[in-house]
Amino acid sequence: MKQIKTGWRPVAAILLLLVTWEAAGRAADIPSWLLPTPSQIWLEAMAGWVDYKLHLFSTIKLTLIGFLLGSSIGITAAVCLHLLPKLRETVYPLMILSQNIPIIVLAPLLVIWFGFGILPKLIIITLVCFFPIAVATLDGFRQTSPELLHYLKMAGADKRQIFWKLEWPTALPALFSGLKISATYSVMGAVISEWLGAQRGIGVYMTLASSSFRTDRVFVAIFFIMVLCLLFFVIIITIEKRVIRWKKKGAEQHG
Amino acid sequence: MAELSLIDISKSFGGRQVLENVSFSVSDAEFVSIVGPSGSGKSTLFHLIGGLLEPDNGDIYLDDKRVNGKRGAISYMPQSPSLLPWRTVLENVMLGGEIIGDKNPSEAINMMAKAGLAGYEDAYPDQLSGGMKQRAAFIRSMLSPQPLMCLDEPFSALDEFTRLDMQQWLLSMWEEHRRSILFVTHNIEEALFLSDRVIVLSSGPALVKADYTIPFTRPRKESMVLSHDFLEWKKTIYQELRVMT
Ligand SMILES: Nc1ncnc2c1ncn2[C@@H]1O[C@H](COP(=O)(O)OP(=O)(O)O)[C@@H](O)[C@H]1O
Ligand SMILES: [Mg+2]
Repeated sequence: MKQIKTGWRPVAAILLLLVTWEAAGRAADIPSWLLPTPSQIWLEAMAGWVDYKLHLFSTIKLTLIGFLLGSSIGITAAVCLHLLPKLRETVYPLMILSQNIPIIVLAPLLVIWFGFGILPKLIIITLVCFFPIAVATLDGFRQTSPELLHYLKMAGADKRQIFWKLEWPTALPALFSGLKISATYSVMGAVISEWLGAQRGIGVYMTLASSSFRTDRVFVAIFFIMVLCLLFFVIIITIEKRVIRWKKKGAEQHG
Repeated sequence: MAELSLIDISKSFGGRQVLENVSFSVSDAEFVSIVGPSGSGKSTLFHLIGGLLEPDNGDIYLDDKRVNGKRGAISYMPQSPSLLPWRTVLENVMLGGEIIGDKNPSEAINMMAKAGLAGYEDAYPDQLSGGMKQRAAFIRSMLSPQPLMCLDEPFSALDEFTRLDMQQWLLSMWEEHRRSILFVTHNIEEALFLSDRVIVLSSGPALVKADYTIPFTRPRKESMVLSHDFLEWKKTIYQELRVMT
């Protein structure tokens, strides 16, 4: 209910933006290769479906594979580092540091090393997904309540039980925030990796469009990238709600 | 059956002696309280019995088995309820048994009903009041298969009224399911009201100052706390604690 009541504001803002854009574009008579109006973009999106649908599916596939790969590696790494505190202390600062390297700088290197196949692309997506998930999950493990830990130890729980009954569920909410960030990153990662050279993909479609001054198509690509990010995000939130039911119930009681 | 004996237990942390030659025992189905000033080493005693720590000296026997440093031999209830927030109340009360590999849902549901928690099986701990959480934690400890229950100041975080209710409730539960209970508190009245025996610990380092057998008959009523005898006992123990400071 609450969402419906307040949800109209952003929608109205977007509508207002589109109307202004359309009106300004027409009034000033801006050429469409410079800045197409929303209606022109919409027409192209409708008409060009056959042209770009293969690109779109290719990007979705790449994003999904990369995301699954990156998040599995991220979660596994976090669990290993958590279970080996010495290793964590050594590696954790490096991980934080490496997050500051923009992936776009690494991308050309990866192409030099691994060519134009799917491998460098998957590496790029894996890299962008890996860090947010690994760092968030590690932080999640550290939020383990000392009180609960103390109880479990007194009750005779072994390391394995402590992990599955306490540490893992504690880390889940943080893990999901990591997944949400990575979901959008992985779409970006896929597009960037396609810019570097690919047969197919939204990134390729975008490069072709911009080099032939089909600005409307560039906007169509941007639009689909946004939709993909959003879609991914929503899927993860849906899974999160099913997995972490206890939080919601608690919150309901408080207000 | 559960008989606990501690023989000459000593423990120090970084050169500071906390427990010195502490010896006492708890018989089967007996309710024993330990009172002592805070920081005297009561929780440390539990950590030793629970196997989280090893004593520097001395032995701990549970039913004639030496349990020094052995975990999982007792059922435990801490000061805070320590319920896992992502588990329903029913899943929480079965946790103690689950860890040992012995869980019994129908018994758990029964016990919850006796504790006034019927209908909350699928609720999450967040939805319970402080007293209800503490009752759930107590049931979790009752449902754990280990025969000795160790309760570490379980009611000290509750408000006065809730605490009185909980003491009454605890006694009624205990009278129905007799177990050996070792109960730590810094509230003299609480110790007297509940226990068969009260052990007074001194502090810095802790020694057993006194070990009183409390003669009041069971079942005990709330009105008992106003009786002359009760006040005399309270005075005795109060003075015992005063002498030390
Ligand atoms: N693991 C530990 N390491 C160092 N000192 C400790 C540890 N546990 C308890 N102590 C010290 O031992 C003393 C007794 O603590 P505790 O048993 O918690 O007292 P109580 O439960 O009676 O209030 C305190 O002074 C505390 O600082
Ligand atoms: Mg204590």
